[in-house]
Amino acid sequence: MCLAIPARIVDQPNENAMAEVDILGVKRHVNLMMTPDAKVGDHVLVHAGFAIQVVDEEFAAESLSMLRQMGIKSADELAAELEPGARTPGAAAS
Amino acid sequence: MNSTLDGFRDPEIAGRLMDAIRETATVPAKLMEVCGTHTMAIAKHGLRDLMPDTITLLSGPGCPVCVTANRDIDLAIEMARQPGVVLTTFGDMMKVPGSYSSLSREKADGRDVRVVYSPLDSLTIAANEPEKHVVFLGVGFETTAPTVALTIREAARRELPNWSALSLHKTVPGALGALVNDPEVQINGFILPGHVSTIIGAGPYEFLAREHGVASVITGFEPVDVLQGVWMLSRQLAEGRAEVEIAYRRGVHAEGNPTAVAAIEAAFEPCDAEWRGIGVIPGTGLALRSKFAQYDARERVVCTPPEPREIKGCQCGDVLRGVTLPFDCKLFGRGCTPEHPIGPCMVSSEGSCAAYYRYTDYGKA
Ligand code: SF4
Repeated sequence: MCLAIPARIVDQPNENAMAEVDILGVKRHVNLMMTPDAKVGDHVLVHAGFAIQVVDEEFAAESLSMLRQMGIKSADELAAELEPGARTPGAAAS
Repeated sequence: MNSTLDGFRDPEIAGRLMDAIRETATVPAKLMEVCGTHTMAIAKHGLRDLMPDTITLLSGPGCPVCVTANRDIDLAIEMARQPGVVLTTFGDMMKVPGSYSSLSREKADGRDVRVVYSPLDSLTIAANEPEKHVVFLGVGFETTAPTVALTIREAARRELPNWSALSLHKTVPGALGALVNDPEVQINGFILPGHVSTIIGAGPYEFLAREHGVASVITGFEPVDVLQGVWMLSRQLAEGRAEVEIAYRRGVHAEGNPTAVAAIEAAFEPCDAEWRGIGVIPGTGLALRSKFAQYDARERVVCTPPEPREIKGCQCGDVLRGVTLPFDCKLFGRGCTPEHPIGPCMVSSEGSCAAYYRYTDYGKA
């Protein structure tokens, strides 16, 4: 359940450290408190609604391909995965 | 045999790694993959069968839902039964059986149990429904603990009067220490979890090498990553080295994420925790610090769950310690399936029993 999903920061965080990110084309708000140095355009690993680490672009692309391998192909499927009631923050992984 | 490598995104690299593993793994070695996603990758790609005879792959306690003790699940269920309580948690927890029930069964019986994607969502529920008391049931290792730690801080900042957290969080290195001390287990090397290490870095595992002479490699989640981890472990063992190496530089910095570690330390203090199959391991739990007592569900929703009982015939405990393989359990596939799980290892998608049921034919009637 510790899978973290790569996302790209698209917007400045607000005063509560919430910023808009793009995950496979889906826009979500995540908390950037754990990645205080993250800037717009950076890739971060997202877990349970929080960015947990800044990662490089190549790594993000690789992880996204892993998500696709796991059968998550479209942004819609990912959104379903992320919605309450579907599954948890991570499909798997510690 | 190379046909079995076709499923890899890069079969050629996988093939080269397999050659390298066969070349280096001359001494018999037991390697434990700690993380549920590694278990999935190993089961899905049949890596166990690809290994040379010298290497035995064991699954470890890396599925947070699976290692949660019945006593703790029972407590969460009892909290959900209290009038006015909304119990919020991650989806993985819902179907996990406790001694007598599960959260999804409680929900079906009319208790207010809700799945959230982020612990922050439970704050929103508390703010919107001030007449209720909202409990967030926090389960997970160091990857998840900082998200709950920061949520506790946020609840305090907003002075939310009707929200509290039940922390069942656990920390990984101490559990590995308990396993290497277990004479029944005998591990030569650990394939360490990627995203736990994203947070804590390499340092907290170093005692495994220093004090116990066990080799470790922090490993990513692609099947090729797992092979690389196995190869690096075999190389350490062949060269008589024991250290913590990182095969997952892309996602793990040696120092981890110090901001996240600080967040954990600000909200929680170490406490003893009961691990399914292993027992109580001192210092591997995370309890809310007393200055956050107001946000501690154990203080706020006082209730007494019934005495826990173990599930008859289920060998999850031994599976989690790497002593038993899932298909050696008599119930595997015969009475215990993902549709009708008997133990937690069959519930969670990353549980060893579920992974093996999904991807192998072992023991299926
Ligand atoms: S197969 Fe089912 S009963 Fe057996 S150990 Fe796994 S979860 Fe428990």
